[in-house]
Amino acid sequence: MKKTIFIFAAGLLLIAACSQQPNNLIVMTHDSFAISEAIITAFEEENNIKVVFLPSGDAGSILNRAILSKNAPVADILYGIDNTYLSRAIDENLFEVYNAPLLAEIPDEYKLDSKNTAIPIDYGDVCINYQKRFFRENNLDLPTSLKDLTDPKYANLLVVENPATSSPGLAFLLATIAEFGEDGYLEYWNDLKENGIVVVNDWETAYYTNFSGSAGKGAQPMVVSYGTSPAAEVIFSEEELVESPTASLVEKNMCFRQIEFAGILKGTKNRILAEKFIDLMLSAEFQEDIPLNMFVFPANRNAVIPQEFLDNIQLPEVPAVLETDKIAEMRETWIGSWRELMLQ
Amino acid sequence: MKKTVFRDQHFLFWIIPILFLLGFYFFPMASIFWRTFGTGTNALTTNQVNWTITGKAIGFTFYQALLSTFYTLLIGIPASLLFGRFSFRGKNILRILSTLPFIFPTVVVAAGFNALIGPNGWLNLLLMDMFQLSTPPIHLLNSITAILIAHVFYNTSIVIRVVGTAWEQLDRKIENAARMLGASPWNVFRKITFPLLFPSISSAAILVFLFDFTSFGVILMMGGAKYTTIEVEIYIQTMQFLNLKMAGILSFIQLFFTMLLTFISLQISQGKQIPIVPVIGGEGSKKPNTLYEKVFVFIMAVVLVILLVSPTAALLLKSLLSYSTKDLSGVLPSWRLSSENYSGLFINDRQSLFFVPPITAVKNSMLYAAGSMVISIMLGTFIVFGNSSAGRSNKWIDLIIMLPLGTSAVTLGLGYLTVFSTSPNSIRWFPVLIPIVHAIISLPFVIRIIQPAVQSIPENLHHAAVTLGVPKHKLWRIIDLPLIKGPLITAAIYAFAISLGEFGATSFLARPEYPTMPLAIYRYLNLPGAENYGKAMAMAAILLVICGIAFITIERLQIKNKGLNSK
Repeated sequence: MKKTIFIFAAGLLLIAACSQQPNNLIVMTHDSFAISEAIITAFEEENNIKVVFLPSGDAGSILNRAILSKNAPVADILYGIDNTYLSRAIDENLFEVYNAPLLAEIPDEYKLDSKNTAIPIDYGDVCINYQKRFFRENNLDLPTSLKDLTDPKYANLLVVENPATSSPGLAFLLATIAEFGEDGYLEYWNDLKENGIVVVNDWETAYYTNFSGSAGKGAQPMVVSYGTSPAAEVIFSEEELVESPTASLVEKNMCFRQIEFAGILKGTKNRILAEKFIDLMLSAEFQEDIPLNMFVFPANRNAVIPQEFLDNIQLPEVPAVLETDKIAEMRETWIGSWRELMLQ
Repeated sequence: MKKTVFRDQHFLFWIIPILFLLGFYFFPMASIFWRTFGTGTNALTTNQVNWTITGKAIGFTFYQALLSTFYTLLIGIPASLLFGRFSFRGKNILRILSTLPFIFPTVVVAAGFNALIGPNGWLNLLLMDMFQLSTPPIHLLNSITAILIAHVFYNTSIVIRVVGTAWEQLDRKIENAARMLGASPWNVFRKITFPLLFPSISSAAILVFLFDFTSFGVILMMGGAKYTTIEVEIYIQTMQFLNLKMAGILSFIQLFFTMLLTFISLQISQGKQIPIVPVIGGEGSKKPNTLYEKVFVFIMAVVLVILLVSPTAALLLKSLLSYSTKDLSGVLPSWRLSSENYSGLFINDRQSLFFVPPITAVKNSMLYAAGSMVISIMLGTFIVFGNSSAGRSNKWIDLIIMLPLGTSAVTLGLGYLTVFSTSPNSIRWFPVLIPIVHAIISLPFVIRIIQPAVQSIPENLHHAAVTLGVPKHKLWRIIDLPLIKGPLITAAIYAFAISLGEFGATSFLARPEYPTMPLAIYRYLNLPGAENYGKAMAMAAILLVICGIAFITIERLQIKNKGLNSK
């Protein structure tokens, strides 16, 4: 028995250390990545390779992994860095330049990296979702600005996520900074605090435990979630729904737009295949498959958006915008000050 | 030659676990600390360190861990008496049900508690209905009370298993003698039973304390954003700020306190030999006779059902409900019983690449858990025998073994990445590493559970056997193994359960082709929609039932063994 373990352990270390298998393209993604199997299978057959996906946590987590393994990258492509982490990824020099031809079909507003190392793939808004029935039954007007949320008539009605532990939480904090500026946002949050805002740590708790519009039947009729959540409520309902039970508040600066990027990791031995895969990700076929799998919008302007999205999603006309450099530079300070104010 | 046989064997006992820990614990940890503190890490610069928050986190970590441990012992010690000394109908089932909480992913426990005591939970709805209240009377979620309840829910079973087993094996002759000499039952407990049980109580206490000390999911999900602990800060520094230096410092602080506390606990319990006798299970327990005993057994069983079983039952019920989010002006949210959540698990609506068939998740989880169980039991047995046959246990070894419990899962996970993730091909070995990580995390449990039993084996049993002509290499199988089989099985259950529920370090090594049940639950809860919520609950219920069956199977081994011995 002892021998077996010995051989097992020794063998494991040995095999882990060596061996090469060239016909894999490894794509490191965030955990929410999903796509139709047929698209990937077709790509694999066409190029005679195997695509291996490596879901590695959320955006922060995959960036960590990429930085830690910079000298010996484990993957060829990284997908899932968002605009709040973008400049960190660029500063770390993680990606190779790739001037993909299909970038021509991507609107300029998403191309935040002028050198084309990080390629925009999709975007989505973080917005406040509300339960329609609550507002109707209580004859309550909808808030039309972030400022409105400090009005006593909305006291105790909103649940948000902690920006230190949750990506939608951070996005919402950034929206308030865009609206009230670096000098004003803490005062605004203080008002929210006095108005009985509920803070939880993660989106799952906020949406399924606290939000009254979800299957969890919580206590707050407003939640910081995604702009696409109302469509998901219809698509994943347990009985046929004509209309979503929830909708988003999309007035000026109330939503923060998250843009997600992919890039070819420096040091890849599969440069040509990696380029092909980026081309695939930007192609209409892949892009049109994105919405119903990941509940975000395709970055390619020629991609057709599914009807369920058009019917149930409210798009913000003026989403909140902050410079990616500024976000990278100030992230810790902003979150730190927010925590000191809110978590006492 | 003959004289050195034992020594040599000890060396062999040692070398394998030591090599294992070196390769799979110390090497990854050293590597990540080197990356964090060593030279050439300019890329991972530290910004200003917020010592206010850090100081608060350290303070709160101790505060909640001490309180949690206190309440866990408060429930756990009487419960140990119940399981250690009494036999009653449904004992085995209750024991298994009270172990089940251990395997749950926190997100599921949070959902269970919310269904019971949340603002729109069943208890609140009932009370509002009964007393015509307009607002829910119970506000427990997002408070320190919620953290404490969850910790008691998770960890009481540790006390039951560790202390209850010791209680069962306590030599009753001493207590009986004292009773006969006129001591009151309370005095017998205070002066004899408690001091004799003290080593196992302190052993259980340190396990519970370390679990609470490094608790992560419970703090995040039950406590809300107000509360932060060292472990939570490590997570935030690593994942949000990419500040590995600060995370490393915090990891170090956490490890330091783990060492210190383990050391103190070992000092306290050291030198107190427990006169436990190897007992064939069930021998020490009796039916409750007096009225007091009957009342005690009844009340204790009810307490355990309310505290440990009801959240689990709530979850099972939840998985059988279909949720209507329809935008109708109904009075109460509408629920109905259905099996749709379960059948839905088998349908891949979007032909998605990462669809997880429930059978696959169950199979993978079971494989990982079984692998982890085998590895940790083997290593644990080697260590315990190597450690105790010499007559006393080596304090330093005890100390080192406890380290994994005080290690942040995030840090250990990153350590594994820096060591084992060196080329695109290395990721193929991640699935093999998962049971290994789980085994390392389970090891402190396994050792703490089997060590007292092994130490209780009287040396003269061996001598007698040798005199009677039993060859030395057979001693283990003939004498030791049957005597420690009970604790060994308890340890196996824990190793199995820890593996099934572990999510932290696993998430760094997870491969989409080999999804586990907790991973599948998280995947469903990642998206909005009643269907996803229902599926997550159904998956959690499957996890529950499968674990129940696995536990019963493992316990059966023990009962069979008893039958053999008592013939």
